[in-house]
Amino acid sequence: MPAKTILSGVHFMSGDEAIAEGAIAAGCRFFAAYPITPQSEIAERLAWRLPQIGGMFIQMEDEIAAIAAVLGASWAGMKAMTATSGPGFSLMMENLGLGIMTETPCVIVNVQRGAPSTGLPTLVAQGDMMQARWGSHGHYEIIALCPASPQESFDLTVRAFALAERFRVPVLLMTDEVVGHMYERVEIRPSVPVAPRRKPRVPPEEFLPFKPDPDLVPPMACAGEGYRVHVTGLTHDERGYPDMTPEAHDRLVRRLVDKIRLFPQEYTFYEEVDLSDAEIAVVSYGISARVSLGGIELARKAGIKAGLFRLITAWPFPDEAIYNLAQRVKGIVVVEINLGQMSREVERAVRGRVPVHGVYHAGGRIHTPEEVFQGIEEVYRRCR
Amino acid sequence: MPVKEAKAAPDMVKEARHPLEKWLRTDRLPHIWCSGCGLGTALSAFLFALDELGWDPDSVVVVSGIGCAGRVAGYLRLDTYHTTHGRAIPFATGLKLAKPDLHVIVFSGDGDLFAIGGNHFIHAARRNMDIAVICVNNFNYGMTGGQLGPTTPVGSRTTTSPFGNFEHPFNLVHLAASAGATYVARWTTLDGRRLTKAFVEALSHKGFTFVEVLSPCPTNYGRRNRLGEGLDELKYYREHMVIRHGADPKEADILPGKPFLVGKFVDIEKPSYLELYQAKVRELGGE
Repeated sequence: MPAKTILSGVHFMSGDEAIAEGAIAAGCRFFAAYPITPQSEIAERLAWRLPQIGGMFIQMEDEIAAIAAVLGASWAGMKAMTATSGPGFSLMMENLGLGIMTETPCVIVNVQRGAPSTGLPTLVAQGDMMQARWGSHGHYEIIALCPASPQESFDLTVRAFALAERFRVPVLLMTDEVVGHMYERVEIRPSVPVAPRRKPRVPPEEFLPFKPDPDLVPPMACAGEGYRVHVTGLTHDERGYPDMTPEAHDRLVRRLVDKIRLFPQEYTFYEEVDLSDAEIAVVSYGISARVSLGGIELARKAGIKAGLFRLITAWPFPDEAIYNLAQRVKGIVVVEINLGQMSREVERAVRGRVPVHGVYHAGGRIHTPEEVFQGIEEVYRRCR
Repeated sequence: MPVKEAKAAPDMVKEARHPLEKWLRTDRLPHIWCSGCGLGTALSAFLFALDELGWDPDSVVVVSGIGCAGRVAGYLRLDTYHTTHGRAIPFATGLKLAKPDLHVIVFSGDGDLFAIGGNHFIHAARRNMDIAVICVNNFNYGMTGGQLGPTTPVGSRTTTSPFGNFEHPFNLVHLAASAGATYVARWTTLDGRRLTKAFVEALSHKGFTFVEVLSPCPTNYGRRNRLGEGLDELKYYREHMVIRHGADPKEADILPGKPFLVGKFVDIEKPSYLELYQAKVRELGGE
């Protein structure tokens, strides 16, 4: 019996498995990766699932090759994904840049673990958030989403594919070891809208492969479609030909940034919990946001009105939403499993309006609700 | 000596087009390669091969890495991809697996394919991935000014081996054969026709195929090792190459001043990655 493409129904599933199923539902039929803890469940599930539904799975020789193959598959017209953790994410930074420069839609998953280096292979961290933003060389814009549950791992994977096609950009799904290995209820709808690829609307002789539409994103002619496109990581003009002038470079890099920057309403997602009357806001993401709910509950019991601002989109950072938040509360606590990464962005966006206090540790475990509560208390004392 | 005024070319000649022009982005010419370089010969032999194969140009994709040979992709009027340094093979792997009807060819240089990209090369060969790889070997990094590379012979001078190279080079024929390539040939840019034939064979052979093309680099490698002009290097090839089809790849070392082997070393059949994968997909009932 042929395998079911979309596993509609209610499942008890890990975050990693939900990412694999989300990719399939979103139309992904190409997955290349290299084994790494705590990502392997994604690769193992897709190695089992993709051949049964006519998709392509390949285990490459390293993460450099994995992302290169994903870019190639995307240029062959497929929706493609790779998944890794910190050490592999570092190796992917080179071709992440190629994906940005050549405007190649794809999805890259990072199930974060303790770092630097080999760090804590099996234990949680959120230390790659700045690498997600600036890890590849040069100036660019990127979209990164952070799921906080297996259900959201599924949903955001689908969304990541849609954003990748919309903006012609690699989209990062920045999850973590705990969300990746956590089993919860995941509901999969019978059909998920598959984001279309923007195709040329003129015949090949009139087509300029890097001439953008009014929204700054060019239509994409893939291999074998008769458009005979040249694609290069060099700075290029609208024909795709190398152009080594500062003017061409500035024009191209600005467009690559602006095509994302100018449309924040399309990718800025966040969740507010108990913020309507809050004096203290906890800003967090991924697993840390869920733990923060426990700390907020303790604070409320102790008479401190606290609430949660959960970042779903980490990049581009929701400057405006955080600035608005700073107008409504007296202090902000940032909870993350690193020694202060997104908190720098919060401080920048807050522009000194309210104190910002970080509750950090480097990795290996999630926060306790008590630690978050102590952070809330600390800020509460400071801003009274 | 008085110069005679050149006769006006007959109209017929004015109208004539180069027979291979249809394969080229003529708006990108002239190319960037130095005079005496073998890349032009390798490229034209490749175009003659494409002509002979008669494939729909829209089904042919060329992927390059970085370097002088990496610029080949940009001159071809095909779907072409100029990727990152060393990564042409995995990029090509993704293209081929995602659209198996495409003919996917990697055209790059010795440094790109065998130093920074060496791991990708051996693994694609091991998998018998369904791509053809053409390596123009000029024994050094030309684009960056002539540094030592993975094929630079012991003792050769380059900008990063000013006292002579201390490293042993790869024998690319032996490397490709032992990693699992199912077709392996080596020719020089002196042998345009043999090169064309090798490209036709490599491109139409199932699985992972490899052609090494020895090429002069008079601007860098040739100059620093006093090999003369490009033509002198070709003369060297003529005097030193020994055609021996089916020779043991182990014997294909290239040593300065010594005879070296060219020809077809490997031509075998073995199930390719796609063949094995697609058979299983059909068995499983996937589309």
